[in-house]
Amino acid sequence: MVLVYIDNSEGQIKKASYEVAGYGVALAEQMGTEAVGICVGNVANDALSTLGEYGLSKILNAQNEHLNYFDSQVHTKAVAKAVESTGAEVVVLSHNYNGKALSARLSARLKAGLVAGAVELPDTNNGFLVKKSVFSGKAFANYELKTDKKVISVNPNAFGLHKKGGTATVETFDAGISADDVKVKVLSVNKVSDTIALSDAELVVSAGRGLKGPENWGMIEELANTLGAATACSRPVSDVDWRPHHEHVGQTGITIRPNLYIAVAISGAIQHLAGVNSSKTIVVINKDAEAPFFKAADYGIVGDAFEVVPKLNEAIKAYKASA
Amino acid sequence: MKILVCVSKVPDTTTKIEFTDNQFKADNVTWIMNPTDEWYALVRAVELKEQHGGTVTIINVGGAENDQIIRKALAIGADDAVRVNAEPTDAYEVASQIASHAKEANYDMIFTGKETIDYNGFVVGGMLAELLDLPYISLASKLDSDGSKATIEREVEGGNEIIEVSGAFVVSTQKGIAEQRIPNMRGIMSARTKPLQVVEPNGEGALSTIQSYELPPQKESVKLIDAENVGELVKLLHEEAKVI
Ligand SMILES: Cc1cc2nc3c(=O)[nH]c(=O)nc-3n(C[C@H](O)[C@H](O)[C@H](O)COP(=O)(O)OP(=O)(O)OC[C@H]3O[C@@H](n4cnc5c(N)ncnc54)[C@H](O)[C@@H]3O)c2cc1C
Ligand SMILES: Nc1ncnc2c1ncn2[C@@H]1O[C@H](COP(=O)(O)O)[C@@H](O)[C@H]1O
Repeated sequence: MVLVYIDNSEGQIKKASYEVAGYGVALAEQMGTEAVGICVGNVANDALSTLGEYGLSKILNAQNEHLNYFDSQVHTKAVAKAVESTGAEVVVLSHNYNGKALSARLSARLKAGLVAGAVELPDTNNGFLVKKSVFSGKAFANYELKTDKKVISVNPNAFGLHKKGGTATVETFDAGISADDVKVKVLSVNKVSDTIALSDAELVVSAGRGLKGPENWGMIEELANTLGAATACSRPVSDVDWRPHHEHVGQTGITIRPNLYIAVAISGAIQHLAGVNSSKTIVVINKDAEAPFFKAADYGIVGDAFEVVPKLNEAIKAYKASA
Repeated sequence: MKILVCVSKVPDTTTKIEFTDNQFKADNVTWIMNPTDEWYALVRAVELKEQHGGTVTIINVGGAENDQIIRKALAIGADDAVRVNAEPTDAYEVASQIASHAKEANYDMIFTGKETIDYNGFVVGGMLAELLDLPYISLASKLDSDGSKATIEREVEGGNEIIEVSGAFVVSTQKGIAEQRIPNMRGIMSARTKPLQVVEPNGEGALSTIQSYELPPQKESVKLIDAENVGELVKLLHEEAKVI
């Protein structure tokens, strides 16, 4: 049995959970077994049954007032109990913020070998091998797991969304959590409203110091808007507060793996690349044909961002209107 | 305040990554203290000690060649250090060795970096917290504590959360929590005589092994599109790359 952790926030299932549902289902098929979901939080049964479209046949729903906020210690106990009661051999999670904390704790609790940040389905032909990205995207390592129980966290966007059609039954699950288990208190949750979260965005438009000042970001936001993309930036840009700190990608910022990364007026320093080089497709717009970023790019335009970006925005608008 | 800071040693980001016989080729590599451990975990721990008093202890699981980065951590302001003399092969082994030290020592807080830049695990802090049955707050970008109660800002998708923890905890740190400190001459001098205790491993072994490494396929050279013809780019993104 494969147990899939359904991450959620404020009653909503996160997009990453649909991706890992598909991953878990594909892995279960490969192993000749079944995949079941476990949701710990306060998600309504109706919402959970939509996970059936990704092939999960059953979802365990653990709800009580102590589980409304994510706390790795409490959620680990709840998921470990589900592992015990279902006899699951593999637990699959997203390698997103919560998944990173939870997968590590679960691995230690269950003495289960862990692959943190898998990029593919395991190879189960001969043992259990899972590929993961290492050295900040500069290499891959194939991890072998021999423990009875295994934990895999999957890099966001590495597997993609795979709809299969179907419905899932939802069962109430008693995770056995009481007030004594809860050691941390969430005082407030502050979401940046109505923008797409960078960490799980499929499309990202990013810009660097070449844009000269914060007043020039309008065209970047417009392009992102047209595409339905999140915005990001290089480190110097967030260091001088042209853009908010959570947009900074790279070695010291966040690592992202979108399907499309458009880098505008960013030179492509190795520390920047470390955060974005696993993106599926990279487009670089830079006025300097020698900018190192072109070596890491799939498509490039040598030109002035102030001319190219508005034109690209119009061209995408035209494409969207015709599609 | 009694604080433990976990530091690891990693190849510098600019290192060319190569493998021989399925082993990372470690010749000609410049080794550094893992950036988030040095800039964020360590500096915030030292700041808290400066504010409230107490001690900052460094722990590293590794061989004698790691003493160099441990001395640097002492030069930045830690008081003493423990090196568990082992060559760990996975994160569980690291966490288990640190846990077996920390179990006895009763730290108020245990700091880690967010991830190592070689194995990119994001794992050791969470495992350690589970082994010690402590709360774990990951990706802290702010942390204040009066010794018994801590307030921590942690990053979540599309925003942040403010969390309060009473009692001991493990935290992983990132940008925002502190600013990098360059060790000064006095720090470097005093680091030479600060205690560095070497202990033999008595934790558990690894739960996983790396069977092989691969380099990503060579990237085809970039397709350049004329700046006057951005429509071509849109077409390629749709038809060839299939990303829009
Ligand atoms: C230890 C360490 C960690 C670091 N971590 C990070 C990190 O996490 N993330 C990160 O991003 N950086 C990081 N850096 C910094 C990194 O080395 C680079 O300095 C930084 O990425 C450069 O940012 P940039 O490309 O925006 O600016 P620049 O290097 O100044 O490049 C600007 C680019 O814009 C182009 N340009 C200028 N005008 C135009 C125009 N009108 N149209 C088109 N193009 C134009 C220029 O040709 C140039 O290529 C780190 C550095 C160190 C030492
Ligand atoms: N060998 C080690 N010794 C001490 N601490 C370590 C070691 N390896 C990792 N850590 C700590 O654990 C954090 C996360 O590492 P990782 O799980 O490998 O990404 C690092 O930022 C360090 O703080």
